Amino acid sequence: MANLTIRNLHKVFEGTEIIKGIDLDIKDHEFVVFVGPSGCGKSTLLRLIAGLEEVTGGHIYLDDREITDMAPARRDLAMVFQTYALYPHMTVRKNLSFALDLARVDKAEVAAKVAEAARILELEPLLERKPRALSGGQRQRVAIGRAIVRHPKIFLFDEPLSNLDAALRVQMRLELARLHQELNATMIYVTHDQVEAMTLADKVVVLNGGRIEQVGSPLTLYHHPVNRFVAGFIGTPRMAFLDGRVTAAEASTVSVALACGPEYRLELEGRGLKPGDAVTLGIRPEHIQVCEAQASPFQVTLDVTEHLGADTYCYVRTDSGETLTVRAPGDFSGRFGDRVGLLPDLAHGHLFDASGRAMPKPGAPAQAA
Amino acid sequence: MLTLKQTRRLRTLLLGTLAWLVALALFFPILWMILTSFKTELAAFASPPELWFRPTLENYLHIDERSDYFHYAWNSVVVSFGSTLFGMLLAVPAAYSMAFFETRRTKGTLLWMLSTKMLPPVGVLVPIYLLFKQFGLLDTKTGLVIIYTLINLPIMVWMVYTYFKEIPRDILEAARLDGATAAQEICRVLLPIAKGGLASTVLLSLILSWNEAFWSLNLTSSSAAPLTALVASYSSPEGLFWAKLSAVSTLACAPILVFGWLSQKQLVRGLSFGAVK
Repeated sequence: MANLTIRNLHKVFEGTEIIKGIDLDIKDHEFVVFVGPSGCGKSTLLRLIAGLEEVTGGHIYLDDREITDMAPARRDLAMVFQTYALYPHMTVRKNLSFALDLARVDKAEVAAKVAEAARILELEPLLERKPRALSGGQRQRVAIGRAIVRHPKIFLFDEPLSNLDAALRVQMRLELARLHQELNATMIYVTHDQVEAMTLADKVVVLNGGRIEQVGSPLTLYHHPVNRFVAGFIGTPRMAFLDGRVTAAEASTVSVALACGPEYRLELEGRGLKPGDAVTLGIRPEHIQVCEAQASPFQVTLDVTEHLGADTYCYVRTDSGETLTVRAPGDFSGRFGDRVGLLPDLAHGHLFDASGRAMPKPGAPAQAA
Repeated sequence: MLTLKQTRRLRTLLLGTLAWLVALALFFPILWMILTSFKTELAAFASPPELWFRPTLENYLHIDERSDYFHYAWNSVVVSFGSTLFGMLLAVPAAYSMAFFETRRTKGTLLWMLSTKMLPPVGVLVPIYLLFKQFGLLDTKTGLVIIYTLINLPIMVWMVYTYFKEIPRDILEAARLDGATAAQEICRVLLPIAKGGLASTVLLSLILSWNEAFWSLNLTSSSAAPLTALVASYSSPEGLFWAKLSAVSTLACAPILVFGWLSQKQLVRGLSFGAVK
């Protein structure tokens, strides 16, 4: 069992509040990812859970035990650091067995556990090497192995892939996902990379400025972001935002006149909106089609195009000066300066009020705290 | 025109020659001291200096006759190693807390410690002398160990602190999560990683204590007097006897020179620690 409960957690560091009251429940076997821009407090939150930072206010419970002020070693958690943090003077074998040696585990048992971790991570041929004789990916695997041998209740990962090159990062990401299945363990993972968050997580926690913006499954965040921050943070390329004003608001439809020209009607709950209110229409690049200029009331000027093979990313400028990204097919042939039309798929449109809050869509899941 | 390879070779040659010249210039006084120690007093005085002479052991025999070299050498050994040991016992925990648990006062504390080295020792000679007299520490090895520990401590803390600073915090935090107590964290992770730096700190402290003359001359007379006091005793009463003075100086330097030679690998690694990642 490993249920982690966080209640009203605060952290003040030299007079600056880094964590501003966080409530979170993490269930057994869940793969939870903390994601957010740098400085959002995600690493601090992980370090508070690990016990590497002192909690200023609030409580952390692991199952029925309160661990808020417990020494890190007694919490039964293992952490994989961004810098790997291997012991440079020990061989891989000693690195793996260090925690068990400290706990005075029986020699034969240590050997068995080290052998098991080495097998899972394919480290057998490297056991007698020192960390400096390993590549980045191998070091990362040793760091993970060091956590595995301890059979902790929860694995903590602090941006573990950010020091690896792009190809290796994809490979290690898959290995981590496989490891989560194989160990059936509870894992908490910190990253600033929303692709890692989307691909690995059962549950994503989006943090910003020391607060939780939204908690949900990757697809919930993608389809039903609760505010403009989450909408802009999840998904690549970024969601396009277009300013406009409400022209009509009803219980299940809202009409918006965009600053750049066209007027659209969205199937959304319009409660609280009235004609004249400033709103922002958000739409993802993959939900906009490019067409001939005459075929749409929404006409823009083509800026740079990026051909990725399967897709083409078109950066376009509206007549009111906003820039947005559109995903076109791979064979798109528009050129710099061309006039083109855009056809947004409004079923996938999002509407944010002046405070950035998303207007609920029909069928949206109830937002959990 | 020189090819790139030739330029590089020429540069190596020039730099090599320069290094040798500097090394020789630095070593020359020591060489001269050793040569003089094998001359007769008359030859030692000769002007221009005699480069070719018949070496004699006369000076060394004289020293052996007049004073008990091993008594002084033993005092030097005890006092240097003793003060280095105590210094390290204090410096390591101090540097550990300052390097890994930095507070707003850490930088100030470090500077304050260094500032104590800026006070001319003679300024505190009288109070220290009186204190030593009061506590019966005059002319004792314990007294010298205490004073050497104190005067070398700021430098030792600074050095150890600098080496510790190079070690990523993550490694110690990993050890903490792995279940290490503070003592295990220091002994099983921190010290082995910093061992090159610690070795050079130890060596520096040994050399500084070995060479220290001001306090040893003022606080000892015979029973606790180290080699520096022995050397000084040859300079005064009967005028200057260059050959004998050279012989006794050579004897005083010899142990630490040999020690430095044996540990030069550690020393170089320690001093360049952090320069190469």
